[in-house]
This record gives sequence, C-alpha cells and structure tokens, in this order.
Amino acid sequence: MSHQGIDPTFAALPYRALSEVALGHARDLGVTHADFRFERVRYQYLGVRDGNLQGATDAEDLGFAVRVIHRGAWGFASGVILTADEARRVAEAAVAVAEVASAMTTAPVELAPEPVYDDVTWVSAYDVDPLEVPTAEKAGVLIDWTNTLTAHGAVEHASASLFQVHENKFYADLAGSRTTQQRVRLQPTFEAMGSDEATGVFDSMSSVAPPVGRGWEYLSDGGWDWAAELAEVPELLAQKLAAPSVEAGSYDLVIHPSNLWLTIHESIGHATELDRALGYEANYAGTSFATYDKLGSLVYGSPVMNVTGDRTVEHGLSTIGYDDEGVETQAWDIVKDGILVGYQLDRSMGQMKPELNGGRSNGCAYADSSGHIPIQRMANVSLQAAPDGPTTEELIGEVDRGLYVVGDKSWSIDMQRFNFQFTGQRFYRIEDGRLAGQVRDAAYQATTTEFWGSMEAVGGPQTWELHGAFNCGKAQPGQTAAVSHGCPTALFRGVRILNTSDEAGN
Amino acid sequence: MTSTPQELVEHALATSRADHCIAIVRNETSANLRWANNTLTTNGVMHAVSVTVISFVGAGSGSMSGSASSPEQVTALVESADAAARAASPAEDAADLVTGDAAADWDDAPVTTDIHVYDAFAPALGEAFGRAGDGHRVLYGFVNHELTTTYLGSSTGLRLRHVQPTGHYACTGKTADLGQSAWVGGATRDFANVDALAMEAEVATRLGWGAHQVDLPAGRYDTILPPTAVADMMVDAYWSAGARVAHEGQSVFSRRGGGTRIGELLVRPEVTLFSDPAYPGLECAPFNVAGSSDNTESVFDNGLPLARTEWVSGGNLGALLQTRHSAAMTGQPVTPMVDNLVLEVDGATGSIDDLVAGTQKGLLLTCLWYIREVDPQTLLLTGLTRDGVYLVENGEITGAVNNFRFNESPVDLLTRFSHASATVPSFSREWGDDYFSRTATPALRVPDFNMSSVSQAR
Repeated sequence: MSHQGIDPTFAALPYRALSEVALGHARDLGVTHADFRFERVRYQYLGVRDGNLQGATDAEDLGFAVRVIHRGAWGFASGVILTADEARRVAEAAVAVAEVASAMTTAPVELAPEPVYDDVTWVSAYDVDPLEVPTAEKAGVLIDWTNTLTAHGAVEHASASLFQVHENKFYADLAGSRTTQQRVRLQPTFEAMGSDEATGVFDSMSSVAPPVGRGWEYLSDGGWDWAAELAEVPELLAQKLAAPSVEAGSYDLVIHPSNLWLTIHESIGHATELDRALGYEANYAGTSFATYDKLGSLVYGSPVMNVTGDRTVEHGLSTIGYDDEGVETQAWDIVKDGILVGYQLDRSMGQMKPELNGGRSNGCAYADSSGHIPIQRMANVSLQAAPDGPTTEELIGEVDRGLYVVGDKSWSIDMQRFNFQFTGQRFYRIEDGRLAGQVRDAAYQATTTEFWGSMEAVGGPQTWELHGAFNCGKAQPGQTAAVSHGCPTALFRGVRILNTSDEAGN
Repeated sequence: MTSTPQELVEHALATSRADHCIAIVRNETSANLRWANNTLTTNGVMHAVSVTVISFVGAGSGSMSGSASSPEQVTALVESADAAARAASPAEDAADLVTGDAAADWDDAPVTTDIHVYDAFAPALGEAFGRAGDGHRVLYGFVNHELTTTYLGSSTGLRLRHVQPTGHYACTGKTADLGQSAWVGGATRDFANVDALAMEAEVATRLGWGAHQVDLPAGRYDTILPPTAVADMMVDAYWSAGARVAHEGQSVFSRRGGGTRIGELLVRPEVTLFSDPAYPGLECAPFNVAGSSDNTESVFDNGLPLARTEWVSGGNLGALLQTRHSAAMTGQPVTPMVDNLVLEVDGATGSIDDLVAGTQKGLLLTCLWYIREVDPQTLLLTGLTRDGVYLVENGEITGAVNNFRFNESPVDLLTRFSHASATVPSFSREWGDDYFSRTATPALRVPDFNMSSVSQAR
C-alpha cells in the first residue's frame, strides 16, 4: 500500500472547474458522450558516462483534453491554457473534429456500460517519490555505478541512467464518474563496454534490473541487489568478449525472466490487443495472427502455458485503479492451458463484442498525456508459474545441449506478431545439464505459436520475476506506455539459433 | 490572459539569476485523421506550448521543460533550472554560449494548423472509402499535419525563430479476405499535394499485383529497395553516427586501434550522404536546438548555425554527429545533427520503374518494419518486409511474394548495391511518423539482400 496521498500541488490545479465548463459546453452542443481528462506528468532523466553527469533533464506535461462522441463519431481536442475560455474552446474543437469525421464514419461509435465512480481516488504503491530526492544524490549513485564498473580492467567505458515519472490524472465524464489518480515509476540501468584487443571485437553488458512501479526505495530496500550485479557485470563482460561465436542450429533454450518478458510482450501482449485483431492498428503497429474467429480454439502454446492480463498487480508499470475511460481495472485470463481465451478491451470494443468480459471493458484504455486520445493499451500481461514447478537449475538440468538466455537486448516481430527474432545480454552453453560458459553472436528466431508450443516446462513461483518496458510505442499519433510482464524461467525445446555474425555476411 | 512566445522567452531571461540562460519556446499545433475498416476512427486536434529553460552557473547547467503559457509558469521553470544549475557539478561539455542578435522574423507570431487543413482531403477520403468498399478493398490509414514555431533566446543576445511544417500521409489497403496488403505513403508540408483518390487508386493497383501469389523460401535475393525502404535504413545509420561513441571504439564508424573512420573509404565511391537545412522541400531549422546534453548534442551549442554537412562524401566517411565537446575530443570539425537527410548516387538517373525494367528476376519491396539494431559493430539491423513484396521477372512485376525477415547493415548495402535511381523525396515507414520524416533517397538494387526467414504476416 502506498504511504502517499494525492500531491497537493496537483490537487490545487483547477481541473474540477475546467471539467465542469468543458463537459457542460459539450453537452450543450448536443454530444452523446463527453469525457474530460486533466493530466500532469513530470519526468526526470539523468544520464552519466564514465563518471560524469552528461545530462539532467526535468520535464512536465500539463494540460487537458476533451473527447466526445457526436453524430456517431469520435472528436478529440486538447489544450494547455488553464482558463474557462480555453476549456470551452477545446470542447468546441472536439465537436468540430467529430463533425468532420461524422461524414466519413460508417460504423457509429458506442460504449460498453460501466458503473459510475463518484469522486474516487487511487494512488500506486510507493514510499518515496523519486522526483523529491535531490538530483545530486541520484546523480551521485549513477556516478558511483560507472566508477565501480570502470575500475575493472575489462571495462573501457560505462554509462548509467535513471528515468523517473510521476503521473497525476483527473477524469470526469457526462455520466458522472470522477477519478483522481497518482502513480510513480522509475527505470535505473547501467551498461559496461569493452573490447578484445586481439580480435578487435567490442561488446557491452547491461544491468538486467527491471523498471518498476515503485519509488526511490527501489535503489536501497532490497528490491534488487545492485551491489552484486555491479560486482559481477565486468567479469561477465570479459567472459563474453572472450567467448566463442555460437554455432547456428537448433537448441533447447532455458530462458530467464529478464529475457522472456520481452518475448511475452511482443508475441502475446500485442497479439491479444483486440484493436489490433479488429484492424484498428493495421496502418501502423499492425494486426494480429490471433484473430477474433480463433477465440477459444487457437492453440497458442503448450498446455503449460497460462497467461493473464492484469492492471491491478502491485508495482506493475501499467497498474492503475481506473483507466482513461473511467473503467475500474481488472485481471483476467488471456491464454488458458495453451488456448486463446481472452483479449484486452476498451469500452467501444466491449460494446462490439458483448460476449467478452460480460460486455464490459476490462480497463485497457490509456493515453500517455493529455495531448493524446486514449487507445486500447496493454495490461500487465504475464505468464504464470507452475505452483510446484522446478527451479532454474532444475530446468537447466533437463537440457543435454542448449543455451541459457539472460537479459534482453535486440527485439523485432512482424506486423501480425508471428515471426520474431530476439537477442540477449548473455547466452550460456548448456552441456549435459550444466552451464559451460558464454557464447557470442546468438539470436533466437521463431514463430509465435511454434515457440510457445515448444515450451515444455515453466519454473515454480521462486523463479517468477516482474520485468517490463518503459516506452512501448503504439498508435497514430504515436504514444508511449509503460507495462510490466511477469514470468518464470521456462524451458523450450528445439528453437532456431542464428549466428548474427554470419547473418551480417562476415 | 496568456503571453506570446516572445514574452515567455524574455520573461525567462529576465527572471533567471544564473550566469547565463537560454529559453526555448515551442508552439505546436496539429490535426489528424485516422481511419480503419473504411471508416474514420480516432481523430483530433492538439495545441501545446512547451518552454525549456537552461540555466548556466559557472561550468554547470540545469534544464527544465514544461507546458507553460503564463509568466507564472515560466517563473517556476526558471527557478527549478537555476537551482539545478547551482547544484550541478561542472559539465564536461561546458563551452561559451553562442552569441548573436535578433533575427528579422523574431517578432512574428506562431504559425498554426487546424482541422481545416483537410477541407479538401477529407471529402475525397470519404469518396475513397466508397470506392474501396465497392472494389472489395479495406482501407486503413492516417494523416497528420503539424506546425511548430520555435523561439530560442539567450542571455548572450540570440533571438532565433523557426517555423517547421511537418506532415505525412499513409494508407494501407487490404483485400476483403485480408489475404493481401499494400501501402502508399509520403511526407508533405501542407497537404496541398495529397490526393486521397489517387492514394486509393495506387493501393488498388498494388493489390492488383497480388492476384498471382508466389511463395518463396528464405535466402539471398536480387532485391529492389524503393526510396522509402532506403530511407528506413539510412535513418538508422544516421542515428548511429555519434562521433564520441565512434571515437571510443563502439560503433561501425570506429577505427580498429582507436579513433574514428573519418577519411576512410566507407562505401561505394559514387555515394554522397548529406544534410542541408535549405534542401528544397525538406527545409528544417538552420540553427541547433538542444534541450539536454548527451553523446550527440550539447545544451551549450544552442543556436549554432547549421549548414550542409556531407556525412559520406565520394564514398568516404566525411563527418560524424559532433558537438563542440566531441569535436575537441576527436579533432574534427563541429557538425551537429541536422533534421533532414539526403542520399545521392553520382550518375544515377531514372525511377524505380527503370530498376524494375532492368531486372531479370528479383524482388521489389514496398517498405520495412520493426527495424532494430542487432550488432553495433557491423550495424547489423533486423526487421521485416511489409505490405507488399513483389516478384519481378523479365523487367515486369508478375506477382506478390510472402513477407520476409531480413538481417542487413545499411553500411554494407551502400557497398554492395548494383543499381540506383535518381534521388527523390521519400518517407521512412518505420521512423517517419514520429521521429524523422525529412528524407530524400534513391531506390537501390542489391544483388544479395539477406532474407533470413519467411514471415507469414499478410
């Protein structure tokens, strides 16, 4: 539970008065739905290289938006001038956009019902707002990290960064809902770079610590063992620089959560967004192979595959109390025993597919700022552990010839979320159930259902970790969102491994 | 009561108690239409005013940005920036600020756009939906127009203003069974030259090419990359061209044994890759604007004049992205990033149609997607073809082929291509929407493009 309340500097802003003006004016103009969102998002980014603070950037997005349904079409407008006149102007602009759009709208927009939430407040779980910590103190931590790394002979250069976000939202709609929310998140990371004089090869090794929906306490309360990782990364880099190049072929893979989360994000998270499955992202982010006609029948993976969508998990990056359409957030099944059973929804999709989630949205509408319209956005999509499942060491013990993959690096997937290619921070050879040193230049390439179908076993709860991304991109105009993915270590049989040096024609 | 951008700049400079101060105000307006399944979906207009205040105390600096339209909001930003600068340790990129006077257009008001930029386009788009439906085609797309007026003022006298129009259009078409896909798209400054019906007609033509479907396996193919795909690859190369990282031995532009490869023959000698703020149709800011410092930009360099810069000249690596700090480190001229990029091949003429006509058997791509760096040492990139791979036989397009995943390096492509067309305005499908839309590139034919695996995506 959070120890914090709504930031008084946000509570002092005139959002309630502006919402009354904007919603009242929209109602007077004859809209069938109007919502008002007032957001303040504060950011700080710190970057350090080789013991020097390269840049410290503070930023704040502050403004409001009005979204309407008028004559069956969406209209949206936003502004930053916090006056009643501007609230009225923005409401009129949103209606004007809907007027233009209505002539070209062949499928009128309707919203799934949702209870009214009468002035509710929600605050995420954190202790210390990172933006309240003196910048010099935070920069000092990053500088110490790079100095620790470069003290090792294998490390020629080191960088570190800290990205922090404090987000406040006020939402109101004509139905009567009013929600006020606050959450923080932060992403600390570091990277060591080195080269091998004999071969001319250069490479890097990064922290595999996840970004979290937590406060500054993440740097000190045992949520991650920073000292241990800082101590081991230089030697891991040295081993990687001296490692042999991988032999391309088919391998069994044991994949650590620090790598598998990103594969989940790309091949399950995005693939089960219903807006994609219905074509609403076809021009940009793409569609999905997991089309709606396959609900309940698509064999997504092996029977040990169970995936949930969850906007309520503590410290999750997409965790929140109410979404940007005033829907109370939830958790639900997406893949059950390997079969596709659910999608991520917003209110218009909930209305289109009333057989899903009881005809109600599951709380997946989100905008990254007041300047953008809410779109269907990813929940924390997570692979479940086996209740009595094995340890990572036991999973490795099941492999005669394979690779153990730790940490994410490069990622790419096609526009229907099927063909993908991922690399990692570290690939260890597994020989006869034991780790046998790192290899270089490895990437795994597969198709989504083939890959998840090859998942023979998932680890137990002791292997489950919550990782995630700070800047997932989607929509036009482009928006970013933060999202977490939990998973256990998992064992996959017979996955294609590429040698990236060969791929480059070397 | 709100203030003008110039008043916000002057208020920031007058309020700051730092040794020096820079204020950057951006007035941004935009309007967009989005469609899917032959109907409009999410559409909007936005107005934002952002203010960045950079304070300098001794060799330290502090930067604070925020939405602001009143003097009171700017005062809060100034106080934060001043405090950050006082608390900062000496910046490694510290340098004297750029000096100068007020530009002739400084007093001019911001230029704005709104939903009426589509007064001609929108009705035609509605008609295009009808034509597509009648032809059993489904359209998905997006148009966006932005006008950003930037005001940069400094305590050393600079008063610079720049108006940047940015716009683009894109339309994906599918057959009614969703089994085939095609795409057209491009950049525009004002939408005067964008015809929704012509866009729909081109999509229809391309879908028609897919009447004959051919499945091909992974492998290396003689491949024609259209200008949009070449732009996709070149933008990545440009972003990877930081001088400091290269000098420190961590990029494809690093020389083994230390230093950069500037001066070395990097690609084919016919190749020139350059940026030019005055390039016709791709005009961009002629002065440097940096809200923060990192490996490729420096807040101390704000206001530096930008000029034509040849990154690759006659095949040689001519310059890398340099701040004054990295230029001193590497012993090279100061060459900051410019917001456009042009690739030219000496002697190249004709169009993509000429490249097709000259190809016995090969592939013609439409665009690339989900491009990510796999290996910085070679700048190996992976990604996928998207929305139309066509089979070329005996100089003609004879069918549509499945999609592929590729693994290729843009530097290698500029070494291996066999044919090029004339340079034309292009638009990166991958990066044009949100990051980098001002490109001009030729089509390139590459004899052994590495299609690493098949993608079933349609």
